[in-house]
Amino acid sequence: MSNAITARGLTRRFGSVVAVDDVDLDVPAQQIYGFLGPNGSGKSTTIRMMCGLLKPSAGRVTVLGHDALAEAETVRLKLGYMTQKFSLWDDLSVRENLDFMCSVYGLTGAGRRARVAARTREYDLGEFAGRLAGTLSGGQRQRLALAAATLHEPQLLLLDEPTSAVDPQSRRDFWEKLFELVARGSTVLVSTHYMDEAERCHRLAILDRGRVVVEGSPKQLAREIDASVVEVECMDLPAARKALAVEPAVLSIAQLGSRLHVLMKRSLAEPERHVERVLAGRCETAVIERVGATLEDVFVAATAPRDAAGGRDARAA
Amino acid sequence: MSWLRRMAAIASKETRQLRRDRVTFGLIIGIPAMQIMLFGYAINFDVRDLDAVVLDQARTSLSRQLVGDLAATQVMHIAWQADSGAEFDRIMERGDANIGVVILPDLERRLADGAAAVQIVVDGSQPSLENVAQGLAAMPMLRRPGTPPQAASSVAVRVAYNAEKRTAVQVVPALVGTILNITMVIFTAGAIVRERERGNLELLITTPVSRGQLMTGKLLPYILIGLVQTTLILLLGHTLFRVPIVGSLAELYAGAALFIAATLSLGLFISTITRTQFQAFQVAFMTMLPSILMSGFVFPFDGMPRVAQWIAQLLPLTHFVEIIRGIVLRGAHLWDMPVQLGKLGLFFVVMLTASVLRFHKRLD
Repeated sequence: MSNAITARGLTRRFGSVVAVDDVDLDVPAQQIYGFLGPNGSGKSTTIRMMCGLLKPSAGRVTVLGHDALAEAETVRLKLGYMTQKFSLWDDLSVRENLDFMCSVYGLTGAGRRARVAARTREYDLGEFAGRLAGTLSGGQRQRLALAAATLHEPQLLLLDEPTSAVDPQSRRDFWEKLFELVARGSTVLVSTHYMDEAERCHRLAILDRGRVVVEGSPKQLAREIDASVVEVECMDLPAARKALAVEPAVLSIAQLGSRLHVLMKRSLAEPERHVERVLAGRCETAVIERVGATLEDVFVAATAPRDAAGGRDARAA
Repeated sequence: MSWLRRMAAIASKETRQLRRDRVTFGLIIGIPAMQIMLFGYAINFDVRDLDAVVLDQARTSLSRQLVGDLAATQVMHIAWQADSGAEFDRIMERGDANIGVVILPDLERRLADGAAAVQIVVDGSQPSLENVAQGLAAMPMLRRPGTPPQAASSVAVRVAYNAEKRTAVQVVPALVGTILNITMVIFTAGAIVRERERGNLELLITTPVSRGQLMTGKLLPYILIGLVQTTLILLLGHTLFRVPIVGSLAELYAGAALFIAATLSLGLFISTITRTQFQAFQVAFMTMLPSILMSGFVFPFDGMPRVAQWIAQLLPLTHFVEIIRGIVLRGAHLWDMPVQLGKLGLFFVVMLTASVLRFHKRLD
């Protein structure tokens, strides 16, 4: 089994807005594949097309060997979906929600009881079993939603920003569960806007304005980043920042404590020297150092506004 | 089997949610109870002491006796004695009297011929009065030794239109249909939209549940609720208004179940063409008033314009009013009314099919 999901030329328009724009994707089986992108970058729309919930305006997507639109019902038996917003029933208890989802997937009687008991245990839901889902905390709800999505042991899990309303510890626990699922043979596609989560994916695609701008493993992306990263330490950081900000070669500046983290065009031969020249006469004590790119740098470089001053014209050309 | 299981899963989820919704659950009992009391008492209201004007053109002992009989019913209070037709008309026009009694000069001869000898004139602007007049007309007045047997029909009622004869007993069975029509459409009108509004629909349609399973599963619990309401209304109607049930209870419930399914399917269809619960309820209310007014419950069916009758044919309530009146009042059997049953069944099938076809397991 090679790919769990294959998309070719996948496009979706809402009126004049192009939400997903000519996306090609290959999601390998039995891995965690991440969608990283700002809000409105087309993550949810792409996932919904994979579930057969939205009809592509152009192109197609194949999920587990089936056309996601034409064979939606076949696909739906094999996939688990966690919507961005909690979509189980607030006025049903944890157990009732799980029972219902089991029945809907055709599990009944002893089989259903065993499965619900297993998920309740695995996701630490035992003490809330009788509570209404609407009264659970963010982390508990999210565990319940994942438990519900995995009841029928789907080959593929599509998780749309599953951790957006959850504390850091719950997020860690949640990711442990995802790795366990992958170890048992499932494929997971997860959308997020957290860098640390993206870092944990086997592969990821960074989406921006409906397009996949870069794609690969987090390491590979950091290595092949289309920018140079320089860090500057000096007495007068605001002055340094001001001077660098107007430089066409500078893509972005972020302050990290007492340092400036500067992303520069890759086409520049010696970025450190360039920064040195810019800062000459402004910050005498500057320490300038070339550093390795983080995933955040990759994200910033990939999603930088294309038309901004010092933008990515060079790359686009 | 698995088809039925999935449908049952939807039905049981719906039932659980409903049970948890205390207010709605209370309304299931409260609304019909309140309405039967309200409508039952309002429509059963005994009209008394209506101001009447009498124009006695015969001026015989028989005519005076007749006026006395009318007064003795206590429905009317003889407030005016008119000496001429002109005076009679003036009193009626001024609205001083709601009811006018005209006794024709040749009373005895007309009675002997079996012709109408007495006219009761009612104020047409007050529809309820017409019932009173009908009641008076049916009164076996003058039935005493020496009078001809046809005397009962000797009173003619002059009204704007010819109403069917209605009494409380006839109203209550039709009320079953009217109340069910109100509650049932509302129940399912919210069914699909609610899932959409609360954000559950996206997950629900990504499961293997089919459109048919979803629709029938949503509908089933409310059939039971409808039958509970039917029982409640009939029970109250029986105890409070002494409405006898002449026909078979089993057939009554079977007919009611079919009607309930038909109205639920209408609600379901509304739920598939609207986006919010607010819209759904607006549309639901829009269908209710025609149902209530045109079904023959309030205005007699035969008196309605042709177009209104056609529209009424499309409303399930029209057919159910006939069915339930037939069973409860005349002791008719279901198989005596195949046309009405067929129309209800057809309505249900068409609406359910339309709902299934209208609903898509997609978000666009």
